[in-house]
Amino acid sequence: MIQVFVFYLFAALVVASGVMTIGSRNPVHSVLWLILAFFNAAGLFLLIGAEFLAFLLVIVYVGAVAVLFLFVVMMLDVDFAALRAGIARYWPLGFGLAGVLLVEIVLAVLAWNAGGIETPAREAVQAADGPSNIEALGQLLYTRYLFIFEAAGIVLLVAMIGAIVLTRRRRSDVRPQNVSEQVRRRPKDAVRLTQPTVGQGVDL
Amino acid sequence: MIGLGHYLVVGGILFVLGVLGIFLNRKNVIVILMAIELILLSVNINLVAFSAFQGDMVGQVFAMFVLTVAAAEAAIGLAILVIYFRNRGTIAVDDIHQMRG
Repeated sequence: MIQVFVFYLFAALVVASGVMTIGSRNPVHSVLWLILAFFNAAGLFLLIGAEFLAFLLVIVYVGAVAVLFLFVVMMLDVDFAALRAGIARYWPLGFGLAGVLLVEIVLAVLAWNAGGIETPAREAVQAADGPSNIEALGQLLYTRYLFIFEAAGIVLLVAMIGAIVLTRRRRSDVRPQNVSEQVRRRPKDAVRLTQPTVGQGVDL
Repeated sequence: MIGLGHYLVVGGILFVLGVLGIFLNRKNVIVILMAIELILLSVNINLVAFSAFQGDMVGQVFAMFVLTVAAAEAAIGLAILVIYFRNRGTIAVDDIHQMRG
């Protein structure tokens, strides 16, 4: 019984915060509602037994991605009111398309419930009294899906390098340290030993 | 009792909300990116629900990869947004086609 109550609580909250995410006037509020949506989705995952993904959602999404959004929203000094000017023109098309899509998805779920759809054979059956969720996930991830796992790592690496390359800029108003030039410098470039005669000085 | 259909309906509603968000905030790239995050979250809910109710762990592995790609996409999208704002002083999508070439 408590399970049903908690499911409806989390589901209602995730839908409500989704609505507020796309409906808020202030993008900072949008990000905060998005964080609430992630928390409640993590609750749904916990309820269904996917503990590791719930933790991942909180750690990666709330801790990294949503905070990144928050940084960018607060860093950019944008006139958000002007961006909402065209909203009146688009809402009939948007709501129409959303309605059609919702009907399609509900029909698909109904068709699923009616049965008759062949599902492929299960690939990695999780026994009820088997290893814990994290252990089962790790056993699958580091054996059969090892190469895809490494490909995911490469995707993240490329994204990191891409983000750095994109946002780095060479400023002309400051004189930064040129480390390789400093390291390449040898004593003979910088120091000259002379023995000037008295009273004549040195030509520089 | 809560079944697979309940989770699928939640995922479907979130997906539709994401698409609606893209249509409603057509000028604001930040909210569009957030709507894409909502869509990917709904996809994850679907994958995890099927995985749990069919007793097949592969769905959760796949949801993890979706999470990875979503994080990479958000990072790159926000980086592009930052340099676009630095160059033009606005983030309106209307004249974003000037980024080409």
